[in-house]
Amino acid sequence: MKRIWMKRRGKDRLEPALLNSVGESVFIDGQSLSIDAVSLDVPISGTVYNVLFNYKKAYEMFRTNMYKPPYEKPPKYPVLYMKPMNTLIAHRSSIPVPASFKELMIGPSLGLVIGKRATKVKEQDALSYIKGLIIANDVQIPHSNYYRPAIKETARDGFCPIGPWIVEHGQIENIDQLQIRVFINGRLALENNTSNLLRSARQLIASVTDFMTLTEGDVLLTGIPENAPLAKRKDIVTIEIERVGRLENELVDEAVLEGGRG
Amino acid sequence: MKRGMVLYKGKVQSVFERDGHIYTEGKTMINEKDVHWLPPIEAKTIFALGLNYREHAKELTFQPPSEPLVFLKGKNSLIGHMNDTVRPKDVTYMHYECELAVIIGQRGKRIPIKDAYNYVRGYTVANDYAFRDYLENYYRPNFCAKSRDASTPIGPWLVDKEDISNPMNLTLKTYVNGVLVQEGNTSDMIFSIPEIIAYLSEFLTLQPGDIILTGTPKGALNTKVGDEVVTEIEEIGTLVNRVVDEIG
Repeated sequence: MKRIWMKRRGKDRLEPALLNSVGESVFIDGQSLSIDAVSLDVPISGTVYNVLFNYKKAYEMFRTNMYKPPYEKPPKYPVLYMKPMNTLIAHRSSIPVPASFKELMIGPSLGLVIGKRATKVKEQDALSYIKGLIIANDVQIPHSNYYRPAIKETARDGFCPIGPWIVEHGQIENIDQLQIRVFINGRLALENNTSNLLRSARQLIASVTDFMTLTEGDVLLTGIPENAPLAKRKDIVTIEIERVGRLENELVDEAVLEGGRG
Repeated sequence: MKRGMVLYKGKVQSVFERDGHIYTEGKTMINEKDVHWLPPIEAKTIFALGLNYREHAKELTFQPPSEPLVFLKGKNSLIGHMNDTVRPKDVTYMHYECELAVIIGQRGKRIPIKDAYNYVRGYTVANDYAFRDYLENYYRPNFCAKSRDASTPIGPWLVDKEDISNPMNLTLKTYVNGVLVQEGNTSDMIFSIPEIIAYLSEFLTLQPGDIILTGTPKGALNTKVGDEVVTEIEEIGTLVNRVVDEIG
């Protein structure tokens, strides 16, 4: 059994629950339910941030460009960007594919859900600020230029499935060594491990809170591995993070979804 | 109507302005000295425009952008009227930016330019400080330069759009210690308010409480510890902030 928080549709707050060891049923509000019978909502109410080039190889692959114009030199601070609230959708909600694009980039990311106000946190204390862990899919329109804020590519409606739940941090032994897998229609499309992070969870919390306060409920995503896969309409994308869960979403043409989402 | 949010008698309260006086919702007149100002609304997503004034873009020797340069800011950056902004010790160039803030009042996607004002609830004043030393090339302007804690005073009043004759013709002014240092007019924006709303809502849903900071005119100068910075927009209000030293 694992302690988690989930947000059921129609409920106005997160509820604590117990997930069974195989992740198929949940004990919530005095009753045992099959996971498939629970309609899940986005369990996040705070701000979601992600960071560029935070997997060592992803950084290495872009490194030569960093010395060329227009970049000139490697970044000194973590290169953060936001996934605003309009991007957040729940487990099993559909990812809208804009009319003029064939494929979207799938960006698996381990999310650190902040448990208390975090300002100028020291690396050695950082883990105590994490309430729990979550899976995010930082969907993007593929682009290779990082010189300008790419909000048109990253901040579209439905471009950040997140969930299915938050797993209590204390339930996971070592967050610096979690296997991440992406399956597209059941086929393995990417595999990596949080041991390959350039800035570990601790280092990331320390460097971000040095200039920016994170508050309870905010989520700091830890970056996207290199060679993020692409997916197209009707593909079912599953992101699995060891001991955290599996986040599943289908890509659907945005015209089919318009008006349907709230 | 001008509405604000304050901390008064130990409670967060909504207040409004009439004839230069501040009243609680219960219509009790209160003294400005007794309130602690908060941002006038609870922000959802905060959008900011870079290089959106012709003269400012020229001043920084940038070509005016061909499409709006928009970046996002964290809510941690907002503070109310009459509060302090820290100048970090290692910074050599920190400048104010007087900006017209547009507050969205209605949910909308794919909003045509001609309907854009229907989605606006009102306006307020923002001072979106920049810390030039931290500005880097990647995803510029980065969070370290533009989303620091308490780096964006906003307020004091959210002014209903009905009370503003023409938001695209308002004078903006910044005074440092009483001296006029920045002056411009919203008519100099490269992308107008309706164009920005149409642009953003083309690919995302705007929500009530979203804030769009529409950019700053030319005249951005360094500020130092102890400076009183007053940003003012015609018909909207006067926002006061003080630059303070970093402790430790």
